[in-house]
Amino acid sequence: MAVITTNGLTHTFRTKRGPVAAVRGIDLTVERGEILGFLGPNGAGKTTTLRMLTTLLPPTGGSATVAGHDLARDPAGVRRRIGYVAQSGGVDPTVSVREELVTQGRLYRMGKAEAAARAGELARDLGLAELLDRPCAALSGGQRRRLDIALGLVHRPEILFLDEPTTGLDPGSRADLWQSIRRLRAEHGMTVFLTTHYLDEAEALSDRLVIVDQGLVAAEGTAERLKAEHGGAPDATLQDAFIAITGRGTTPRNPAPLAV
Amino acid sequence: MPHLVADTALIFGRYARQTLRSKPALIFGMVQPLLFLVFFGPLLTDLPLGGRASSWQTIVPGILVQLGLFSASFTGIGLILERRTGVVERMRVTPVSRLALLMGRVLKDVVQLLWQSLVLVGVAVALGLRAPVLGVAIGFVFVGALTISLASLSYALAMRVSSPQGFAPVINSITMPAILLSGILLPMSLGPRWLDIASHFVPFRYLVDGVRAAFAGEYGDGKIALAALVATALGVVAVTLGARLFRQAGA
Repeated sequence: MAVITTNGLTHTFRTKRGPVAAVRGIDLTVERGEILGFLGPNGAGKTTTLRMLTTLLPPTGGSATVAGHDLARDPAGVRRRIGYVAQSGGVDPTVSVREELVTQGRLYRMGKAEAAARAGELARDLGLAELLDRPCAALSGGQRRRLDIALGLVHRPEILFLDEPTTGLDPGSRADLWQSIRRLRAEHGMTVFLTTHYLDEAEALSDRLVIVDQGLVAAEGTAERLKAEHGGAPDATLQDAFIAITGRGTTPRNPAPLAV
Repeated sequence: MPHLVADTALIFGRYARQTLRSKPALIFGMVQPLLFLVFFGPLLTDLPLGGRASSWQTIVPGILVQLGLFSASFTGIGLILERRTGVVERMRVTPVSRLALLMGRVLKDVVQLLWQSLVLVGVAVALGLRAPVLGVAIGFVFVGALTISLASLSYALAMRVSSPQGFAPVINSITMPAILLSGILLPMSLGPRWLDIASHFVPFRYLVDGVRAAFAGEYGDGKIALAALVATALGVVAVTLGARLFRQAGA
């Protein structure tokens, strides 16, 4: 059963230099309990799409249903059922881990006792129990990321949106986070919609990949299928497929000269 | 909006705790008005400032309005920083009332301002201010109303500009002329006619006049009624604008 469906989802930014079509018509379907990897070069429209699906940015065209609620008509209904972890996270460095978690629960209209209990539960699940009374500024990168995810899970959402969840993490923290994401699906049947620039991460975590380019869906399918159809060789990597689909690498096409 | 009150209380609590944690900011916010009170106030003691009120009854209302004007109009800086760390966006994904995200912050500013006003008036009394309690209370209501208006506008601007560097010059270019033209330091009626007329186009002037009338115990001469009218109009416009920008998805 589809938990996200979009039809020609579009967003055009109005800027001083004229309209900029960031997302030009995305059609996609995400099944319940699926881990979907949403890939694309910088500027392809990944974050804009994510911000639309999470109600932060109203679409300028098209429509979408998220967790059974129409995005345009019932954004409040969508908000109650989704969790969103932005690239930048979003905690106050001076606030304690416990206070952030409890406040987040209260923002989802939990009672005080319920929010406090849920904060303890999440801290145990995500290995933050020892850190509850530390200010957020005292956490390491990996701990910060786990807190960001805990904040997105406070209200037991049906869908969790993760925007580049492992950017900047060391390999150990990354492996831990992958483990946590897999567990969410295994234990709670949660749908996970994640963007990433790491193709190994996309391949290891996702059931299915959607590659966007210039505001449109350029290809979709399992990593195996994308490699077979676009990679050009039997032993092609996902990177080969990605470059073939988007016509460019993950690095800029005109890199700065090595020596000046 | 059944959740508006509870959500506002939640947001208020968050920012009240944040303010209490940053004690240096609280103290330094009060240094400037206290300096005015201690080093500028006594200069005016024997000067005729018009009316029967003492010079303290003229200068303290000015300093109170000035404090409200400065603190409230710069309060949006904090919101800009929070937009950068992603806190604002994180909250906007939750079902929390959009209006509460604004009003909780504004209420924190009001409480902070009233508390600072209380300290200032306390110091002023020690220096020689004598004013009726009712008048001071009315003055505080105006300071609170001014804070609601200016803080709402400040947060509205902070939702639109992306850096403190873009924010501060706008606020400075509004607050400086507002302070000079509203007769905060000395009553505008002392000045030449053109300056007095010009100041009537600055809404804060009516508030300063109203607070001065209240501190002088002159409740019936229309200045307080006019100040109430201006404060209400300003408040309605500012809160409506602020609420609209908070309801719209962030840029």
